Amino acid sequence: MNNILNVSPSPHQQSSETTRKLMFGVVIALLPALAASVYYFGIGAIIVTLTSVLACVACEFLIQKYILKTKTSISDGSAVVTGLLLAFNVPSNLPVLIIVIGAVISIGVAKMTFGGLGNNPFNPALVGRVFLLISFPVQMTSWPVPSGFKTGYTDAVTGATPLGIISEGVKNGESIAVLMDKVPSHMQLFYGYMGGSMGEVAAAALILGGIFMIWRKIITWHIPVAVLASAALFTGILWMADPATYADPLFHLLTGGMMLGAIFMATDYVTSPMTPKGMIIYGTGIGVITVLIRTWGAYPEGVSFAILIMNAFVPLLNMYIKPRRFGKEVMNG
Amino acid sequence: MFKTFPKGGIHPPENKITADKAITVLPLPSAVTVPLNQHIGAPAIPVVEKGAAVKAGQIIGQAKGFVSANIHSPVSGKVSKIEPVADTTGYKQMAIVIDVEGDEWIETTDRSATLVKEVTMTREQIVERCRECGLVGLGGATFPTHIKMTVPAGKKCDMLIINGVECEPYLTSDHRLMVEKGAEVLTGVTIIMKALGVSSAVVGIEANKPDAISQLTSLAGGFEGISVQPLRVKYPQGGEKQLIKACTGREVPSGGLPLDVGVVVQNVGTAFAVYEAVQKNKPLIERVVTVTGKSLSQPGNFLVRIGTSVTKLIEAAGGMPGDTGKIVNGGPMMGKALAMTDVPVTKGTSGIILFPDSESRRDEIMPCIRCGKCSTACAMGLEPWLLSVLSEKTMFEKAEAEKITDCMECGACSYTCPAKRPLLDYIRLGKATVLKMIRERITK
Repeated sequence: MNNILNVSPSPHQQSSETTRKLMFGVVIALLPALAASVYYFGIGAIIVTLTSVLACVACEFLIQKYILKTKTSISDGSAVVTGLLLAFNVPSNLPVLIIVIGAVISIGVAKMTFGGLGNNPFNPALVGRVFLLISFPVQMTSWPVPSGFKTGYTDAVTGATPLGIISEGVKNGESIAVLMDKVPSHMQLFYGYMGGSMGEVAAAALILGGIFMIWRKIITWHIPVAVLASAALFTGILWMADPATYADPLFHLLTGGMMLGAIFMATDYVTSPMTPKGMIIYGTGIGVITVLIRTWGAYPEGVSFAILIMNAFVPLLNMYIKPRRFGKEVMNG
Repeated sequence: MFKTFPKGGIHPPENKITADKAITVLPLPSAVTVPLNQHIGAPAIPVVEKGAAVKAGQIIGQAKGFVSANIHSPVSGKVSKIEPVADTTGYKQMAIVIDVEGDEWIETTDRSATLVKEVTMTREQIVERCRECGLVGLGGATFPTHIKMTVPAGKKCDMLIINGVECEPYLTSDHRLMVEKGAEVLTGVTIIMKALGVSSAVVGIEANKPDAISQLTSLAGGFEGISVQPLRVKYPQGGEKQLIKACTGREVPSGGLPLDVGVVVQNVGTAFAVYEAVQKNKPLIERVVTVTGKSLSQPGNFLVRIGTSVTKLIEAAGGMPGDTGKIVNGGPMMGKALAMTDVPVTKGTSGIILFPDSESRRDEIMPCIRCGKCSTACAMGLEPWLLSVLSEKTMFEKAEAEKITDCMECGACSYTCPAKRPLLDYIRLGKATVLKMIRERITK
């Protein structure tokens, strides 16, 4: 009976949900898309993924251990998620050294310089991706095309992405109807049979992961739905106005990392708003900016830039978009 | 059919281990320690001397002022000490210690078990009787009942809501009371309705107590104006504002009281105490306490005299398990941890929970990942992450603007946080500081 009792303020129970479990849930949600990438791009997808994850985790570990001299936090799983997402956002034939550079930028610059997990204003994987896109434009835009399981890595057969083909064609005055024959069918796009970054191609697998995350309450529907709906609406208006110049909305949703961005990149907790209303504004912003870049910008894609731009607005959204306080509007009984 | 409040809320494991354990009478202890402050308001003033012989039900502490409550001797015997004693909060306060001799009651109390259904007293007599009998809210807040029974001038009340939600995990004392003493509880409800002058009352009960719902629903047919509202299981539905919203759709304004929307809320246990006070002239000297825990050998619901040591309660439930790491007075979400068991049961003690050591420590704190789950969980529409940071950085003016004083400290935010941040600890600090600032502004 000589128990020494613990005394602490309430609540005396905590949910079993932890940061690590949430991150692990995201990893599970990414597995179908990873499997699809391996199926389409072969050994390259495996090499890119392993390199990226190991480099991100190692980078965080080394910075915490030798530069910051603090307790390492790699076990929270966030570096693994960043590594996976960086891998998903680069071509499956990217040289290992370039991937490592991307990992160092993602973790070292975009995450740790701001104070580590929870403090970075911009999505680390996207900062790494955009850095590589600007620094290594050739390697970052030579997309391997899917063709069964391949054992080739940097020597893979490459081609343009569907969005690239359309964008180039429209500039040359070709009509959408003609160009659509040069790109995979919508059904093929849905299953991921196209050139592109290794994890962005398989819309079906990405949607599966998204449903899993919503079911497990890892994310809510607000951001993905807002991104996809606003992009569909915007491209839909353009398409209805001039179907010869603008591709249809479904084509836009299935290509250029739209699904990957909407489901996995834009929903990053740290860099997205915290209220449902803020999430919808943020998601809508991403959808609209993506279409603006795709239609009138220099890049045929644009999801990465759109997310990074909207990341910058997140502190503002958190400050001004408040949940409705209980009892705010005084009612008469 | 199951209603609930719309915004926020969580669903922690229910752990209602004692839900089917009938209320048993705890044998009289050899001595009781009766604190003079068991309620919100001024402590009562002792009206007995050391060495005096007292009977069970005899007044031993006189309410001091309007917001206060009488204290009665829970036992018969001799006053051995009147001195400061540590209570469940761990702080010492004035208490009357009585050595038990026999079990002799004051003559005016009707101790028979017969149900007296007909209410003969007038409104004024009812309120006065509740005041005399030292009734306070038994849901945990311990606000003197006679005050809540009096509708102040300028306010109107058209509905009484009875809180049978018991949304805290583990606790089952209200549940058992509804199942075993349903008719008494509903008679108590009728009495409170008469005192308030309202014609309708709703008893809100969560869906995890189907026996209580069916029992009270069938009994309610014999009472005029009382209906039972089944509610979806969601914490903190027992919060007054959430319960009113769930049952009526009315929303108590920020900083306001239930009366602002024409409602008074009373707890099921209070309704039972009102029945006993008004129909049986029995002062509030005993209550039902749930003693529970996963490692306890005989957890149960006990009818306990006020002032009984928690040690005795734990013995009655099979003794303290060897793995006990924390003992909580009240529910796991809002209860207070005890530093020792040698403290008395008071009017506000609804349960004693013994947590094994493995569940009595907090998890390691991680950085906030801005997931927003705390905002989603907050039933008051607040942003706990923000309030916690503002409090931590001592930015109290901003915290006031963000409505930190609306926080009812239900703990849903701390519970739900995946990074295990002590959100409510900081919010409590901030709220207390802001309330102090507001008081100083008013007095200036």
